[in-house]
Amino acid sequence: MGRSPATVILLVDNDFSPAAPMAKARTKFLVGGALVLGTAGYLMATSIKDTGMYYLTPTELANKLSADPTFRNTGVKMGARVVAGSIQRVPGGKEYAFTVTDGARVYPVIYRGIAPDTFTDGADVVVEGRMGPDGTFHATTLLAKCASRYENAPGQPGSQKYKQTPGYKAGARA
Amino acid sequence: MILVGELALWVALLMAAWSAVASFSGGALGRDDLVTSGRRGLYATWAMVTLASIGLWTALLTHDFSLKYVASNTAANMPKVYVFAAFWGGQAGSMLFWSLILASYSAIAIWSVREKSRDLAPWAAGTLAAILLFFIATTCFKANPYDRLSFIPVDGRGMNPQLQNPGMAIHPPNLYLGYVATAIPFAFAIAALVTRKLDAEWLSIVRRWSLVSWFFLTIGITLGMWWAYVELGWSGYWAWDPVENASLLPWLTGTAFLHSIMIQEKRGMLRKWNVVLVVTTFLLAIFGTFLTRSGIIESVHSFAQSPVGVWFGAFFFTILAATIYFVATRLRDLEAKAELESMVSREAAFLYNNLVLVGIAFSVLWGTLFPVLSEWVRGSKITVGPPFFNTVNVPLGLLLLALTGIGPLIAWRKASTANLKRQFVVPVIVGLGTGALLLAMGMRNFHALVAYTLAGFVSGTIGQEFYKGIGARRVIHGEGVLPAAFRLVARNRRRYGGYIVHAGIVILFSAFAGLAFKKDYDLQLKAGETKELVDPLGHHWKFISQGVSTSETLNRFVTAVGLEVTRDGVPQGIVTSEKRQHFDSNKQPQFEPSTEVGIRTSAALDLYVVLAGVRNETAELRISFNPLVVWVWIGGLVMAIGGLIVMWPQTERRRAPSGYVATLAPATREPAVVR
Repeated sequence: MGRSPATVILLVDNDFSPAAPMAKARTKFLVGGALVLGTAGYLMATSIKDTGMYYLTPTELANKLSADPTFRNTGVKMGARVVAGSIQRVPGGKEYAFTVTDGARVYPVIYRGIAPDTFTDGADVVVEGRMGPDGTFHATTLLAKCASRYENAPGQPGSQKYKQTPGYKAGARA
Repeated sequence: MILVGELALWVALLMAAWSAVASFSGGALGRDDLVTSGRRGLYATWAMVTLASIGLWTALLTHDFSLKYVASNTAANMPKVYVFAAFWGGQAGSMLFWSLILASYSAIAIWSVREKSRDLAPWAAGTLAAILLFFIATTCFKANPYDRLSFIPVDGRGMNPQLQNPGMAIHPPNLYLGYVATAIPFAFAIAALVTRKLDAEWLSIVRRWSLVSWFFLTIGITLGMWWAYVELGWSGYWAWDPVENASLLPWLTGTAFLHSIMIQEKRGMLRKWNVVLVVTTFLLAIFGTFLTRSGIIESVHSFAQSPVGVWFGAFFFTILAATIYFVATRLRDLEAKAELESMVSREAAFLYNNLVLVGIAFSVLWGTLFPVLSEWVRGSKITVGPPFFNTVNVPLGLLLLALTGIGPLIAWRKASTANLKRQFVVPVIVGLGTGALLLAMGMRNFHALVAYTLAGFVSGTIGQEFYKGIGARRVIHGEGVLPAAFRLVARNRRRYGGYIVHAGIVILFSAFAGLAFKKDYDLQLKAGETKELVDPLGHHWKFISQGVSTSETLNRFVTAVGLEVTRDGVPQGIVTSEKRQHFDSNKQPQFEPSTEVGIRTSAALDLYVVLAGVRNETAELRISFNPLVVWVWIGGLVMAIGGLIVMWPQTERRRAPSGYVATLAPATREPAVVR
């Protein structure tokens, strides 16, 4: 990390006898290059190991859990859809409770923090966290996206969809 | 006009096909009449695509909702400027927009070389026409903006409010201008490979267009960061999202190419590598489009998934196969004309610069594709996030920053010890001095300290280069400081324009390092309540809530909260953050609510206020202090200005003939100005 091998070589290598064969410079460069790339490769490998996360659907998560109960302690990302009408704000706190599904499995989720604008009923969300012993998914981050951000999703305008959105009721009275 | 446009699109398809066939066969058979016809076919394609584009703009601006594209991307009550920008706001329109830019670039590029490069031009024109054919065909058959609805809706669906932002109106065009410009160097690389004319001629064309691409990508990426920062409300500007990565990748390889091409010009080295970089940059630009259009990678940007993904995949692999064939059959024409002589040379510094840039590109690509790769290999999807990209790219980025300072200081071929001492003393002292000063002031973050030390070092390098250059002019021409500085840059645009780009990089990296000291607070305020917070510089901020208000404008309901802000007791005015709910002409809500961030910018830090929600008249707020953010935009601007200086055609005086033959003769051990 930090100071890399190549910098050091460039600064330190002062020996330059006029007869130094070109092949030598080339070899040195290749060694330096291998060091740089090796370091980068090592960093990539370790950081994938340390920070890589399973990205699972609720069904896949259920399968993993039944195959290996200790999987509970592994942080995962779960991609699913918010069940319409399930979003509840826990009174007195910044907690959201809702359920998500992939059509087959349904999991309750608790998330504490600020939800993005796109977090609405029926939105596709990615929650990051771990499964609690009570069968509730405790999320530390919540990403949401509308079905299509750049082309307005079809659907009945004025449906209940946006009514549950935080901040909606205060301003939007049609 | 709309009908004319629709017809023109189909005519363009035929013209592009003809141009490709005529140019290729003309080139292969050596028939000038076919070559000329192919060239004219390319101009005709441009004219037709332009007509098709004017037709779509007409449809948008006249609100012809019988077109599906118009109906699903605009609404009658939208501001005109965003109706205009809706041209590239949706999938079908952006495909047409892409064709428009490519056709314009192709026409300009081929027109500018029609007399000079009789060998290369037919093959380049043919390649460009073939690429155009692909884009126009995709537009016609898979994503046609002229598709009609079976009924005529009263109003359109409108545009996502997050896209209704000045940054979003100009960010995609810049990015496209950058992406598409990579096609020209690619076409000339193919032409040079086919004809085996791989020398100075194609290099100068390729260099010019690579600069165009680099310039627009730089602006596009900077604008994209700015848009994300002011519009998305997550208080950051770069999230290593796949779509962001896709725009960074060709920028990285393009930057690598702009450096390695200098080695080829001066020394005749790296000839294979440069061809590979040109092709890779183009492939990455195509890949970026493929990535954002195919839905293969989970992205917060989720464009509509669509069938064009398959087409792009096929196109991508066709290009890859063709290039591999041509490079493999022409390896002997690509032999290097010189060898690396010493590790202590500018060549070596540039080689490392290339290695690091490509290394960064590879790691970004790897991280972006890792979910897909891991699913193929291990059966379960594993994602990597910002921690991965930061762990790998922070050290590589710092190494790159160091090389930015080292490269200009070392002589070509082989540097002497005396040269090294004379050149390095000042920059190293400046760098270490900066680091020591910050350490003394209490900065303890390791990466930030390294970053600022290196930033100081690179600043020292750039300052020293300008100081010496200006000094030399003052002695030789007896000029004042400012005229000398101006002429120094004007007469050596490539070199000093490049240094200005480096200065932009220093500013940018310094701003990135500032994020290490970011602070976020979540709080809830009722009207009249007060909260005190301390920013990373130790200033005391006081926020007094003025309560929540609601209002209604043209196409949205607005919920706003105003905060009266004081810093160390000095009033800073009122900062407002809004939640907006857009509605259509029937006042029915559309889209999710969007956030209007309250930002108060200063040179040292941004105050960033987000209204997260309102409950029981209580505003839920996230307040962030983001150090040095304004310098990201300034750094991007400085880089763009530097790029413009480098690109600007040199008219006053002819440059020394480029090419290794001319410059090999005098063994230039020192940079030219010091001599």
